[in-house]
Amino acid sequence: MDLTQLGLFDQAVLLFAAFVLFTSFVMLAQARIVPLIHTFAWQGALLAVTTALVAYATRHPHLYLSAGITLILKAALIPWLLHRLTVRLGIQREVEALAYPTLVLIAGGALVIFSYYVALPIVQLSAMVTRNTIAAGIAIVLLGMLLMIVRKKAISQVIGFMSIENGLFFAAVVSTYGMPMVVELGIAFDVLVAAVLFGVFFFQMRASIDSLDVDRLNRLREVDEPAPAPEETAP
Amino acid sequence: MTAWLLGVLQTLLFVVSAPLLAGWIKRVKCHMQNRAAPALWQPYRDLAKLLRKRVVLAEHASWVFRATPFIVFGATILAAAVVPLVLAQHPAAAVADVIVLVGFLALARFFTALAGMDIGTAFGGMGSSREMMIGALAEPVMLMAVFTLSMTASTTNLSEAVGYTLNGGLVLRPSFVFALLGLMMVAVAETGRIPVDNPATHLELTMVHEAMILEYSGRHLALIEWAAQIKLMVYMVLIANIFLPWGIATELTAQAAALGVTAIGAKLALLGVLLILWETVMAKMRLFRVPQFLGFAFLLSLLGMLTHVVLETGG
Repeated sequence: MDLTQLGLFDQAVLLFAAFVLFTSFVMLAQARIVPLIHTFAWQGALLAVTTALVAYATRHPHLYLSAGITLILKAALIPWLLHRLTVRLGIQREVEALAYPTLVLIAGGALVIFSYYVALPIVQLSAMVTRNTIAAGIAIVLLGMLLMIVRKKAISQVIGFMSIENGLFFAAVVSTYGMPMVVELGIAFDVLVAAVLFGVFFFQMRASIDSLDVDRLNRLREVDEPAPAPEETAP
Repeated sequence: MTAWLLGVLQTLLFVVSAPLLAGWIKRVKCHMQNRAAPALWQPYRDLAKLLRKRVVLAEHASWVFRATPFIVFGATILAAAVVPLVLAQHPAAAVADVIVLVGFLALARFFTALAGMDIGTAFGGMGSSREMMIGALAEPVMLMAVFTLSMTASTTNLSEAVGYTLNGGLVLRPSFVFALLGLMMVAVAETGRIPVDNPATHLELTMVHEAMILEYSGRHLALIEWAAQIKLMVYMVLIANIFLPWGIATELTAQAAALGVTAIGAKLALLGVLLILWETVMAKMRLFRVPQFLGFAFLLSLLGMLTHVVLETGG
């Protein structure tokens, strides 16, 4: 397929697909919490734009609804919830120490090549305009997983998880022009509930181990702390 | 023959107007920072003053130190001669493609670094080592961005690449967007602008390019400064004419040439404003964060190449 033979709106779909993929890389490189949430919100907004463009370019009006839900949930509501959480936890100025930042980005590039290789047989079978972006969808899922693997803070891992969901939604939109509305609504509310539950979980975690670093969940608490002093008996 | 004559004229225009661009950038920067701005032709006055002054040479300066300004100036002019400025069809582009252009700039950098170490002062050596570190990280990014372009246009010849983009009309290419961003970040690093280096400082902790040329004076300094201005213009013209070539003259008429001059002038003025906006919002980076900056630039150009393969040609 040659890009020059496509219409301008089909080209715009590809362009915005590339931008969504790019935000995944920005998230991998971003060490500060609040900009990370903002990048996640941008990914949601770009995803909504891509969905709306696919809806227009392929004349599937039900996708406008998906785009609207995405815009409200993933570009506004969930980032707002996460932002409020960081403020209430008092971690909005925190900077995560990234181990091997450049290596992680190169690994992300390798994941894009891998997903291109995996998607190649599907692409050859398909006749859709958006078929090339299937690889980008798989890559966004894998990059979300990579984000979850390399980060230690629970909140970054949650963002990685949400971005995996973004990738799945993106792949569904570009490979089959969206899931059935029941499934889509179900997933949307699942993600919203997950965001609320994660908030409860953060507070629980902080109350019990006094940190959001999930590595510390591996240790048993009793081992770290000295045995409580025996109570003094009254004379 | 006429083509070559026009090529030489174009290069002359390039070399002569480079200080004007530097003056424009300085002026915009002053306005942005609420300072009284120098005149637009102040860089010409500075160059004329330096050219009149006597050269003060260190006692132990070898021939490398004396030859470097001329080598750097010559190599930069040759680099400028390869880039299409006003006319899309440039005869020199057939002889020297974009890889040769990168080579010319690398040659200039190599000799500047040698001259920095030649005198044996601490500053020179420090500047040279920093410059080589930045250069080693920036060159792959530049080549990667250029390869993205050559893969699309299937040529490394700059004139043909410009012609390809012109003939294609408006095509939204994700790969070009990423390559453009990557090339812009490299241009910032290579021409010693904020956040990688600050051209207006002589503070020992932060200077890179200024540290290497600290011992130069008189006409040597004039040539090196002029070369730096031409280098900045080479990068900006590359960005303007490869990615947004509209307005460049494709035929040899006075009208087309006038339009070409106006178009490139407007594009450069706009890019200059963009550069200053970027410099104003960014803070100077610690030297050890520069690899991360350039790593991100590399990622952008890599993503440009990947999106070209995955999105634009796949299947």
